[in-house]
Amino acid sequence: MILVQVVVSGLLMGSVYALFSSGLTLIWGMMNVVNFAHGDFVMLAMYAAFFAFTLLKLGPVFFVPGAAVLLFLLGVIVYLGLVRHVSKGPMLAQILGTFGLALVLRYAAFWAFTANFVSLPDTLVGGTFDLGGVRVEASRLLAGVLALIITIGMHLVLTRTALGSRLLAVSEDRNAAMLMGIRPDRMQALAWGVGAASTGVAGALIALFFYISPTVGESLSLIAFVVVCLGGFGSVPGALIAGLGIGVVEALSAYLIGAVYQDVVVYALFLGVLWVRPQGLLGTN
Amino acid sequence: MSSSQNRILILIGFLFIAAWPLLVDDVFLQRIGALVLLAAISASAWNLLGGYAGQVSVGHAVYFGAGAYASLVVYTQFGWPPIFGAPIGVAVSMAIAALVGTPTFRLRGHYFSMATIAAAELIRILASNWPLVGAAVGLMGPPVPRSFWDLSFISPLPYHYIFLAVLVVLLGLTWHLQRSKMGYYLAAIRGGDRAAGSLGVPVLRYKVYALLLSAGFTSIAGSLYAVMVGFVDPDSALGILISVKMLIVAALGGAGSLFGPLVGAIILIPLEETTNAIFGGGGTGITFIVYGAIILLIARFQPGGVAALWNALTARRQSRVS
Repeated sequence: MILVQVVVSGLLMGSVYALFSSGLTLIWGMMNVVNFAHGDFVMLAMYAAFFAFTLLKLGPVFFVPGAAVLLFLLGVIVYLGLVRHVSKGPMLAQILGTFGLALVLRYAAFWAFTANFVSLPDTLVGGTFDLGGVRVEASRLLAGVLALIITIGMHLVLTRTALGSRLLAVSEDRNAAMLMGIRPDRMQALAWGVGAASTGVAGALIALFFYISPTVGESLSLIAFVVVCLGGFGSVPGALIAGLGIGVVEALSAYLIGAVYQDVVVYALFLGVLWVRPQGLLGTN
Repeated sequence: MSSSQNRILILIGFLFIAAWPLLVDDVFLQRIGALVLLAAISASAWNLLGGYAGQVSVGHAVYFGAGAYASLVVYTQFGWPPIFGAPIGVAVSMAIAALVGTPTFRLRGHYFSMATIAAAELIRILASNWPLVGAAVGLMGPPVPRSFWDLSFISPLPYHYIFLAVLVVLLGLTWHLQRSKMGYYLAAIRGGDRAAGSLGVPVLRYKVYALLLSAGFTSIAGSLYAVMVGFVDPDSALGILISVKMLIVAALGGAGSLFGPLVGAIILIPLEETTNAIFGGGGTGITFIVYGAIILLIARFQPGGVAALWNALTARRQSRVS
């Protein structure tokens, strides 16, 4: 029974991983640029939720959409100010650009909010549910289910709407899309906005039950890379499956081997898959 | 600017660096000199792979850590002078490089960088839980020097000349390599490894050669660090910031240029030490905000670093003269 409990909590966490990794996979598939600051975006959203509650007394109904809007704007600004320029430069510039951004965000947070862990009160979304003998905290359940719905929604918007088609057209062939009257720059800015907004929602949701610290983004970035690599670049369904899978693997290894080794197992799995299938588990090219 | 003028400039720069600890009386400034040279060694070592071969590793802390830990493990386990651990560190680094590096070379661009981060973090977590290497607490070197071979000096001056000697060897080797067949192969690989492969460059083999050289010298830098500081723990030897620092120092000066890493170290290390001195322990955060901002700006405005800026400036002057 305890094993079922572990798997369920892994799936709920994995669903949030899937959400912010979908944002990364969108950006990545779109322009073949990696956002090394992706996890730090999640960290910012967590702090945004924390301060919205402690300073402005706003509840999750306000701060989850609020963080999404805030991060959307950050994503667009980062694209226009930095990524648009470095994506045409050499490899080193592409890596240094968002890596530098990650350092600035991480240590600015360190400096502004100190290294102390903070967290929202457990009672914000309190209570536990008993689902056939499996006990689930309401906050985790809410975060997991909401993240799942939004991820699936993102996939539907991408595949079923005209805007989604325009986005996918640019990621498939920038020049051809341009000839069809689509403005690639706008679409890429939008992709960065949406990708960052996904970290906004995910961060605000994780903040409901997870500790918040300036350096939490480092391991979240790596988790997003792992999920995207496993799920295939640019594939939201792939990110969903891989996100859930990583959540379960992490929860199981924390339970079976020990919490300190959960990241070791995830990274080892990541390296193993990259060696065997450099294009990702579900990737094709 | 002609090459003979360049040569004179390099000679003056070298003499200045060699004389630095004799020119200043202050121990703080002398220490900065030694730390600049140490950072230049590790960044120049990174440069062999990241600059010349264009494989941007963000996991070189593994090799730095191997050297640093090897030095203090031979002391804590066998009571040897820490410097005797240096060759062991090099051997371990090269073994890790062959084991971890070879498969990752199948990955290109971002994927390679990411794999190096994951491998380095994995090793950091394992070391943080391994009692032989002091786990999270770390290891201490000899508290008082037992013999000359402990290389434990109060003045930074001896370290300055030890580091300078190693740096000269490394830069001499790099200079030679740049002009050899291997230098051209690496430049071709940096330009695009598929194209290089189609022209008959043994891509994988030369990437591995570059990595082995790079890992070996990075490990030596780690050993020298451990000998000087006499303490090592997972964050100071294996942390991701150790890898990032090598990358920033090299990229600021100019990745893939001979003196780039040294120039980067001359700019960054005094900056870091001064902010640390002003803000105390809390300065670490500010140092890395500055570091992050610097690499962000380099990427955005001058991907070639100071070296490219220098070349652009001197080229403009030359065209004006002619």
